[in-house]
Amino acid sequence: MTSLVIMAGYLGLLVVLGIVANRFFRGTAADYFTASHSIGPVLLLMSLFGTTMTAFALVGSTGEAYRVGIGVYGMLASWSGLVHAGVFFFIGIRLWAIGKRYGYITQVQYFRARFESDLLGLILFPILVALVIPYLLIGLLGAGGVAQSLTQGAFPEAFAATNGGLPPWLTGLIISAVVLFYVFFGGLRGAAWANTLQTAVFIITGLVAFVLISSKLGGLAAASQQVLQAHPERLMRSGSITQLQFFTYFFIPLAVGMYPHIFQHWLTARSAKTFRLSVVMHPIFILIVWAPCILIGVWATSATLPDGSLVVPAGSPPNTEIATMVHKLTTPLIGGLLGAGIMAAIMSSLDSQFFCLGTMFTTDIVTHYFGEHRFGDRQRVFLARCFIVAIVAITYLLSLAEPRQVFPIGIWCFTGFSGLFPLVCTSIYWKRCTRAGALASVTVMATSWTLLFRASDYGADGSYLFLGVLPVATVFIASLLALVGVSLITQGPSETTIEKFFPHGGIAADLPSDTDMATD
Amino acid sequence: MSKRAVYLLLIVLAVLHQDFWLWDDPTLLLGFLPVGFAYHAVFTVVVAGAWYLAIRYAWPSGAETFAEGSDEDQPAP
Repeated sequence: MTSLVIMAGYLGLLVVLGIVANRFFRGTAADYFTASHSIGPVLLLMSLFGTTMTAFALVGSTGEAYRVGIGVYGMLASWSGLVHAGVFFFIGIRLWAIGKRYGYITQVQYFRARFESDLLGLILFPILVALVIPYLLIGLLGAGGVAQSLTQGAFPEAFAATNGGLPPWLTGLIISAVVLFYVFFGGLRGAAWANTLQTAVFIITGLVAFVLISSKLGGLAAASQQVLQAHPERLMRSGSITQLQFFTYFFIPLAVGMYPHIFQHWLTARSAKTFRLSVVMHPIFILIVWAPCILIGVWATSATLPDGSLVVPAGSPPNTEIATMVHKLTTPLIGGLLGAGIMAAIMSSLDSQFFCLGTMFTTDIVTHYFGEHRFGDRQRVFLARCFIVAIVAITYLLSLAEPRQVFPIGIWCFTGFSGLFPLVCTSIYWKRCTRAGALASVTVMATSWTLLFRASDYGADGSYLFLGVLPVATVFIASLLALVGVSLITQGPSETTIEKFFPHGGIAADLPSDTDMATD
Repeated sequence: MSKRAVYLLLIVLAVLHQDFWLWDDPTLLLGFLPVGFAYHAVFTVVVAGAWYLAIRYAWPSGAETFAEGSDEDQPAP
């Protein structure tokens, strides 16, 4: 019950934060959707990091390390440190500049203009929304598993089926309601503030969990030695991950370049220099969050209680490994704090995702097809909220189906976004890239993703490989080849478009005036 | 340091990510840290250093200027 009270108190704090952020709301759509480009370096770092670190990073990584071992860190965390920061540097800063100059607030707006194609926007919109839904689902599933484990015994009669723990359907409902509340009240500024608080909370509580769990297991050395004796295979990659598979995880973090919610966060930056802190510190934050989770997951394979039984018994429900370790090896007080930390990580992604969906709907569908002046600012915000509630309802209903592991769902979601990476990258760096090429790329991505997803039994086969590599490699390469091949044989963009996006003939990276080029 | 050197460093790091020589080594460094894990933890810190060099020596200084482009470039409402 103590854990439950602490987690409830934390959720209450977020509601208050939403109300406070609302006091700073300027009443305009620009302020609601991009915080009037006013976010500074620290808030940008915390909101970008908080948004990219989801239930996948905490719940999924621990669970996957439990099953596969330490290789999970190299597969995702260290690749992400290199690739995420690279995407911020090579893609994010350029998109911020283009977005700020031309007033874009969604990716679809940008791609429609860059490729002079309304059709591209029409195809891209449902694909992006469809890919965000599993991302939301990861959050709800992760939150459900964690809350159920941490509150076991709190309601022995009301929730006997879940050993007295909060059932996932109730947790999903509460989490969705709280995040909707502070996003609705605070807009993107509210989400950025909440992300900052939540990122701090989950980093600190994660470190506390790590120290307490290792202490309870007899210290760092004792915890690892136990694994060395019982499951040495979890301390290496041989037998669990092939070298080719390990390499192709490189493609997964490229997805960050096409997340609609990250695009929107980039646009909140006050200036290009605001990105600097994020580029340098993002890898360090990844290390701080992922390293404890991976070690806890590996320790969970062999950690035992005083009676000799395993802390995490074989056959435990998916997504519960870290919460079970916390629940059984720490006090209810600490359990509650850590539960709040895990919830914080999950909600700091959900808020941005909820928010971007509303923005996309009002901008790319309502305003685009009904005209700029048909609806006022307040009406656009209202429509955004209606669409968000509809998508959250769909995701919530999906979360009630048979629970799946967070990790494979995440990988399939990221695969789709990574398959769209060639589109965003070439749109910035290759002016010869054509509308037909872009359409071909998106179509090939969607088709190859669907075929491979079906071949994996709709994600049920978590270890599915195609030609010995992750499906993301195939989807990415097919999408890239389609884009380049079709662009080379079709008519290039108009001079007006080239002049608009490549005003000095160089890449967007160094787009600037001749004076700047001279001083660079 | 030139931009080219920074980009080369990033490519070298991408290659060094594939630590095949530690693939089947379960050794615990300092008694608790699996060596394959420790390698990638240090790798992450080095990556942060490389990105510091990137913002120091390969910063896209034109982005700010482009963002503040003249009104005549604005799209029609």
